[in-house]
Amino acid sequence: MTTATQPRGRARTADQPVAGRSERLRRATRWWPLPMLSVLFVVPFGALPLPGLLDGPIGSPGNLQLLALCLVFGGLATGYDLLLGRTGLLSFGHALYFAAGTYATNTVMLEAGLPFAVSALLGLLAGVALSALLGAVGLRVGGIGFSMVTLAFAQAASILVQRDPGGVTGGEEGRAAPADRLPASLVGIEHTANLYWVALAYLVVVLAVVQWTVCSPIGRVWEGIKENERRVEVLGLRPYGFKLAAFVLAGTLAALGGIVYLLLTGGATPRTTTSDFTLSLLVMVVLGGSGTRWGPMIGGILYTWADQRLGDLAGSGAVAALPSVVRVPLSQPLFLLGALFVAVIYVLPGGVVRLPARLRAARPSRTAADPEEVLPS
Amino acid sequence: MATVVLLTFTGLGLGALYFLIASGLSLIFGLMDVLNFAHGALLSIGAYGTWWAAFGHLPGAGFGGAGFVLAVVFGTAVGTVAAVFLEVAVIRPLYTRPREQILATVGVGLAVPALLSAVWGADARPFPGPKALSGTFGVLGAEVPLNRPVLIGAALVVLVALKVFLGRTRHGLVVRAGVEDRAMVTALGIDVRRAFTLVFALGGAAAALGGALGGLYFGSVDPGQGTSLLIFAFVVVVTGGMNSLTGTALASVAVGLVQQFANYYTTAGLGDVAVVVLLAALLLVRPRGLTGRLA
Repeated sequence: MTTATQPRGRARTADQPVAGRSERLRRATRWWPLPMLSVLFVVPFGALPLPGLLDGPIGSPGNLQLLALCLVFGGLATGYDLLLGRTGLLSFGHALYFAAGTYATNTVMLEAGLPFAVSALLGLLAGVALSALLGAVGLRVGGIGFSMVTLAFAQAASILVQRDPGGVTGGEEGRAAPADRLPASLVGIEHTANLYWVALAYLVVVLAVVQWTVCSPIGRVWEGIKENERRVEVLGLRPYGFKLAAFVLAGTLAALGGIVYLLLTGGATPRTTTSDFTLSLLVMVVLGGSGTRWGPMIGGILYTWADQRLGDLAGSGAVAALPSVVRVPLSQPLFLLGALFVAVIYVLPGGVVRLPARLRAARPSRTAADPEEVLPS
Repeated sequence: MATVVLLTFTGLGLGALYFLIASGLSLIFGLMDVLNFAHGALLSIGAYGTWWAAFGHLPGAGFGGAGFVLAVVFGTAVGTVAAVFLEVAVIRPLYTRPREQILATVGVGLAVPALLSAVWGADARPFPGPKALSGTFGVLGAEVPLNRPVLIGAALVVLVALKVFLGRTRHGLVVRAGVEDRAMVTALGIDVRRAFTLVFALGGAAAALGGALGGLYFGSVDPGQGTSLLIFAFVVVVTGGMNSLTGTALASVAVGLVQQFANYYTTAGLGDVAVVVLLAALLLVRPRGLTGRLA
């Protein structure tokens, strides 16, 4: 141990000024999320136009709504990555727990007439209970069987919601949230900024919870399960309980996101229960970079923004003027996203967050290659 | 009695459809450990290929008699080519990254139905089927549509053909050995990757045939058909024990029958849920599926 650290210490004293400066820089930039958070916090007061990225000023209600959606999905993808990137569980039914939060809260408000706070708590509990129950069953099969079982559960729930048993879920139209049960400060277009802050708070909570649990002892076991489950077993730990904990935690965070989504869109729609919805979560995580701190969040934000803007693009005049060979695929956002997803898997393994590191790795190798070419002459 | 007979035939027909998808899925999964999420897309390609050919785009093909057979053959061939292309272009470059293989098929599974609905519209297209198959026949007082026994017959033919292929031919031997222990087969100097492409072609052909005949069963084709059938095919594969062909066949019959009977005798849609509840119950009792040979 000491022999290993010795040379490194000497090397540092050798180029002290450089190391000192980069050390100071590193310490200063370590706090970059804080200024980022304050920038995000004051966005509703901004009148800055971002041409190409958004329509009109950034603080307009329409843009705030879009940004809030981006933040919610950023948080949702971060929570989902707890399964995919941290524990190595490929769940295809995550939409179910999100929808459970949305539908349970909405239904309690509509049918029992309870105020929003109580309903939200019940909705969250519904998400916890559902993920605990279905996770306990689904985790009995390992590997890809687990993926298929979660998919089947989510699909069954999706069918159930669309069949509208007893008029509770509203079938294919969904049901609007009762405006009189919601807090007045969270209803109406003039209060979009409040909703935006709620979404931001959700994202911060998810990031904090995920970061905290991943650094805790249980997070280390998750990492072990992801790398080699058999070895975790050999060490005397039972992976089942740890996997279930990850599943329930991710389900709870998703249900919380569902409640925020209910506030944001003012209702529950069956679109959030479909397997396509889970697959889009998967695309977000892989796009951003699975198993990293910021990757899933970045992926979620990028995907939601792209989804919205590609929809606008598909309906725009510029696309309608193109020849049909190009126009037809461009008019389908899902086609573009599917193709983009496959492209990311090939071209950008590790997602968007790995991009700077890959560029940096590409640059020195090119400069290092030059002297090699000179040497033989 | 008549209702029970009709429901049995319909359930068996649906089970046959599930088997056509699930057999390819379980073969691919058994050999390559790839869960092919694009399998539903292959089914849709087969369905649209048949429909496109039968609508007069292919000379000689049509919705009547021999023309329909030609259309089905064409649709199956298109699906097979698509499956081979999928394996060579998408799966093969990712052999060293199994997780990414699954994700890539997810992307293809999203993109292909979207492309189909971009070209031919998102709405269902009518699929009339030949006159000879559109009638009904009487069994024990029930009027059973003729397309049910056609589907069941096709599934039986595929089952027997796959059994013979796996049990009697050299390629089948390589596939079976690969399912058992892929590393050992490679160590013996056999190129398993050729078997990968072969299995994809077989699975794609079965799924595309399922798509073509599914058009008969549903009376229409739409871009989302494959994906919605795929989810029940997953249930079938897990219930049947992941990589056993016989288990898959048994499970598809069970799932099809349970779904039809529950849908009729309870409220519509509950049958689909009942299937999943049964799956959960089975997993609690026997986590390795019906035949208990989980890899």
